[in-house]
Amino acid sequence: MAAPLPTPTREVESVVVEDVASDVPWQAVVWNDPVNLMSYVTYVLQKLFGYPEPKATALMLDVHHKGKAAVSHGDKDKIETDVAKLHAAGLWATMQKVS
Amino acid sequence: MNGWKKAGRATKARAVGTFDAQEASVLRGLLAEVRQMLAGRSSENPADELAVLTGMRTGPSTRPSDRVLARLLPDFTMEDADLAAGLRSLHEPELIEAKDGAAADVLDMLPSGGGRIELTAEQADVWLAALNDVRLALGTALDVSEQTTPDVEPDDPRAAHLGIYQWLTFVQDALVQARMRM
Repeated sequence: MAAPLPTPTREVESVVVEDVASDVPWQAVVWNDPVNLMSYVTYVLQKLFGYPEPKATALMLDVHHKGKAAVSHGDKDKIETDVAKLHAAGLWATMQKVS
Repeated sequence: MNGWKKAGRATKARAVGTFDAQEASVLRGLLAEVRQMLAGRSSENPADELAVLTGMRTGPSTRPSDRVLARLLPDFTMEDADLAAGLRSLHEPELIEAKDGAAADVLDMLPSGGGRIELTAEQADVWLAALNDVRLALGTALDVSEQTTPDVEPDDPRAAHLGIYQWLTFVQDALVQARMRM
């Protein structure tokens, strides 16, 4: 009974894929900052992106030790929204195309 | 202020902390300063006729020249100056509103004489954002670096303000710990 459903879904997807411009992947990058607390950065990543604590902690440590970390990936609109949320939380974040 | 403790469970969980009058006065003063800086930035960019007609607000496209404001309102991207300008113009009014709203909410919840504060999870999130903005503003103004130690040299002209900055660090970190258990 459920089998016929995937067919129209696939057709819709094939139309979307043709829109190449919105298909370029972007990422939100959080930069190291002398003020933001390690605990707070971890908490913000958990809260905004729903990451489990180990993943949020690993990303925070990358920011701390490597100077930056890509914390989310997606299309330009999604990443723009993510960066706006990170700014509202006070993190130093920027968006860039995935190279 | 001896930190925050979690009280209650599940939806009734609260972060509980107590501020004395002097602590409340210091924090209220800093929150008011942040609000004033943000208001100054907004007033540089009054709503034009188009914004009034369409209800679509746009902000300035250039980064604030003041370094504290520049830290509170960062660029969206480093790769493309035109994109950075466009995204700032689009998002800055909303970002200022969120930061000003958080500072105003904390001012509403923190009596000028101090007292016992009980925060729901949502209120704790507002406090965390507002405390972070105050620390960003003060830390940027004081040139705080990762090498800044908690032991302030007494002859450092920044000593008094660094003491306040470190107190705010303690208040925020303790609230993060309490909030993570809520």
